[in-house]
Amino acid sequence: MTGPDEPAALHATELGFRYRARGEWALRECGFTVPRGRITALVGRNGAGKSTLLHLAGGLLRPAHGEIRVLGAAPGGGAARSRVALLTQDKPLYPRFTVADTLRMGGRLNASWDQPVAERVVREGGIALSARVGELSPGRRTRVALALALGKRPELLLLDEPLADLDPVVRGEIMATLMAEAAEREVSIVLSSHVLPDLEQTCDWVVLLRAGRVELSEDADALREGHALLTGHVEEEPTLREHTVVHRRTHGRQLTALVRPRGPVGGTWHVERPGLEEILLGHLQDGTRGAKGAAA
Amino acid sequence: MEGDVVEYRIDRQSGIPAYVQIVRQTEQALRMGVLRVGDKLPTAKEVVAATAINPNTVFRAYRDMEQAGLVRSRRGLGTFVTRSLARPGAEDDSPLRTEAAAWVARALAAGLERDDVLALVTAALDEHEHERSGRDDRGHEHHRQDENDPGDRGRKQEDA
Repeated sequence: MTGPDEPAALHATELGFRYRARGEWALRECGFTVPRGRITALVGRNGAGKSTLLHLAGGLLRPAHGEIRVLGAAPGGGAARSRVALLTQDKPLYPRFTVADTLRMGGRLNASWDQPVAERVVREGGIALSARVGELSPGRRTRVALALALGKRPELLLLDEPLADLDPVVRGEIMATLMAEAAEREVSIVLSSHVLPDLEQTCDWVVLLRAGRVELSEDADALREGHALLTGHVEEEPTLREHTVVHRRTHGRQLTALVRPRGPVGGTWHVERPGLEEILLGHLQDGTRGAKGAAA
Repeated sequence: MEGDVVEYRIDRQSGIPAYVQIVRQTEQALRMGVLRVGDKLPTAKEVVAATAINPNTVFRAYRDMEQAGLVRSRRGLGTFVTRSLARPGAEDDSPLRTEAAAWVARALAAGLERDDVLALVTAALDEHEHERSGRDDRGHEHHRQDENDPGDRGRKQEDA
């Protein structure tokens, strides 16, 4: 396990970025810490800044303001380059290469290349080494790109929507491969995804972006324990005043509210413990409240 | 000694935390005699490769069971069952099991559904417990648990 003094997987302070000098801020005032050894879900609606954040962490972009550190080092620098792998959404692979060529290229480009690991990841997907990358299905292309990233034996693996466009079976297989790698050696994983059900049992840390700001950066179990799903009569709503109501909806006389209780909740409510998916959905939906400070 | 004695199924819709599901399924397997003392549990890697859950979930479940004295992890070797939960009477061919099977068959033949059957059993258990607690009031508060206090034995080995 990791010691308390070990640098975090990700650490951002006052991080800001905009794509053009006078454009809108894609990210602003982001401050958060993701501890080592976590499997982190990076969630947010389209345009919330997930890809920007991953590109900054991978060293493909430079902050306009503040800074981000990966494993205690500057992204893209000598100390980080061999220890961090970033898989971008476009999964840059040479379509005319065979799978074997692709892995050979991985070996040339990376000092710490692990060919058996890369080959195993490819084989688990039933992909022939002689297959041409351009002729593979999207799921298999993702797997080859993942093999390239895992063959690097990174300490931090950044994945930008690795599950997009994949059917549920392939998503499950990709996640299983990732989890198995995480079980075998200490690797921190940060993955962005819209597929919330896939995150429920896999991620133990959550970073939630909302319009370019970090709204949550917390342990997943702490999130589950820190929220309550209340159902009751609308007249009971005043009892929620001292708590944080993340999301509420009414239906006739019935009120359903996702709440972060600040102490015991009064009133007559049916109380349920929400799943991670419900909590994330509640935070992602439009609400009237302003951005709250991140917890970490 | 293979780690393929049990296979865990994770129900993502149940709302029950995955580590609890692993503990319960292990206990169930121990009770039914599917798992026996000395058996090796699957490695965390095997479990997550089959279920796509977070490895820490498996570590946590195994740690909980180790603290409960059910299993013991041996560094580099794996996690092994150290205590059986099988009660005489729960095996496949026991008289109780045979009677239960016959009774269930009668209940189903009488038109009861699964939930009705379970409700009947629960009600009978409740009634029994109610009677017992009425009879020996404050008699049996101590549990068998502390016989050989499994709590901190083997707690040092952290790895699963």
